[in-house]
Amino acid sequence: MSTYQKNKLSVNNIYKSFGDISVIDDVSLELKENEFVSLLGPSGSGKSTIFNIIAGLIKPDKGKVYIEDMDFTGRSGRVSYMYQKDLLLPWKKIIDNAALPLVIKGTKKKEAREMVKGYFKIFGLEGFEYKYPFQLSGGMRQRAALMRTYMFSKDIILLDEPFGGLDAITKRRMQYWLLDVLSNLNASIIFITHDIDEAIFLSDRVYILSDRPARVKTEIKIDLPRPRKNQVITTPRFNEIKKDIINIL
Amino acid sequence: MRKLENIENRIIPITFLGILIFLWYFVVERGIIQRFILPSPVDAVTTLFRILPEIKHHLIVTLTEAFYGLIFAIVLAVALAVLMDNILMLKRALYPLLVISQTIPILVLAPLFAMWFGLGKFPKIIVVMLVCFFPIIVSLLEGFDSVDKDLINLMKSMGASKIKIFTMVKFPASIVNFFTGLKVAATYCIMAAFIGEWMGGKAGLGLYMMRAKKSLRIDKVFAVVLLIVILSMVLFKIVSILQRLLMPWNNEKQ
Ligand SMILES: Nc1ncnc2c1ncn2[C@@H]1O[C@H](COP(=O)(O)OP(=O)(O)O)[C@@H](O)[C@H]1O
Ligand SMILES: [Mg+2]
Repeated sequence: MSTYQKNKLSVNNIYKSFGDISVIDDVSLELKENEFVSLLGPSGSGKSTIFNIIAGLIKPDKGKVYIEDMDFTGRSGRVSYMYQKDLLLPWKKIIDNAALPLVIKGTKKKEAREMVKGYFKIFGLEGFEYKYPFQLSGGMRQRAALMRTYMFSKDIILLDEPFGGLDAITKRRMQYWLLDVLSNLNASIIFITHDIDEAIFLSDRVYILSDRPARVKTEIKIDLPRPRKNQVITTPRFNEIKKDIINIL
Repeated sequence: MRKLENIENRIIPITFLGILIFLWYFVVERGIIQRFILPSPVDAVTTLFRILPEIKHHLIVTLTEAFYGLIFAIVLAVALAVLMDNILMLKRALYPLLVISQTIPILVLAPLFAMWFGLGKFPKIIVVMLVCFFPIIVSLLEGFDSVDKDLINLMKSMGASKIKIFTMVKFPASIVNFFTGLKVAATYCIMAAFIGEWMGGKAGLGLYMMRAKKSLRIDKVFAVVLLIVILSMVLFKIVSILQRLLMPWNNEKQ
């Protein structure tokens, strides 16, 4: 990683309450070009709400969201957003699901299909272009959802517990696969998880959030070398970082 | 496994129906119940075949009424459901009215329509429409409501307009519900036309059955009932096949 990285996204001192319940209390985040950042925090702490604010689906009570130095507070349609559920449209074939963001933007269906075809190999879905979602396994559906997410915006991607619904073995495989895919793409990622191992294994940096209302407790740099192999999770350095995080949580 | 289960699912009702029909047959053939009170199932079938030429005309009238009534009901239900889903005020205002309208017995309305609109096909088509409209619109509205909110948020995050969200997500997501309502409506439509005719008309199976009843031809009455059951089942099956053809992504779940 070069030390001169452009700032892709910054969240500046946002606050949000629903009714009397304060959910986000002065959170600031940064995402640099090509960086993988995780938000680690207990469930119900307000992580998804932070994403909804970054994606422009809800407005913060206070604070700003800047993307490449432009004010995007409360404006949707700029960053890609993927939920824990794959949210594939069951009535569309995988290729049309992947092409959905392009069709929304006004591309003709046929052209959109051509544009996404080339990515099936990268996302490990070759041969499944014309299958329906129900014909795919959980892991494959998640990959298809990620592909659709990527087709929308290739530079900034928000992933909200994308592997939360998968079994442990598939989850581990998907994490490994994700790092592999990302090494071929030029994307900056924010990743929500409550799984400490997952956060360490994937990230360049981890923001540790408090219980509700969400506050940034600390920010931890993960200096494990890349490319990371599965064995990295058994190294002393990995365990050291893990111990630190557990202490903070 | 699934196939086996399917076969089992069919065998149980068919066996049960078979036993019932046999009991019916047995009771009549043994003279436990007199034939002029209850004709045997064999009588009903043979009578049906015998009177088929003379009721062909009536059958066509009933089918025509049922068909148009169902089509109009579909068009009206879809149009109104779309409007009600997009205009909250309209939904709040109309939904209770829709439910109340269902509590008015159709047996009261049918003769009223005959008085207002005459003895032709039109009042019957309205009866069919009223009966079929409700199950379709209720299941459609429910479908629109139950679309995953996250899915709609996802579409919004991709910058989709309200119209695009409707046409690309809400509408296709509700097709399953639409078919659920349509199946109910299709099963009812023949009977609704029949009731309409019963209350006054110039032709149709309802009228034919009225006459048969008045001349105490109970075998003919049973033959017509049998015909209506068969027609309703065929319609139900047609809708199911249509659903399978139009929704290939849903076949796995059925
Ligand atoms: N639209 C909303 N209206 C009211 N309360 C909400 C809304 N969205 C989230 N919340 C509340 O905010 C809190 C944080 O939710 P969320 O951001 O989904 O947490 P996390 O993703 O960390 O599990 C929860 O207590 C939730 O009930
Ligand atoms: Mg969440």
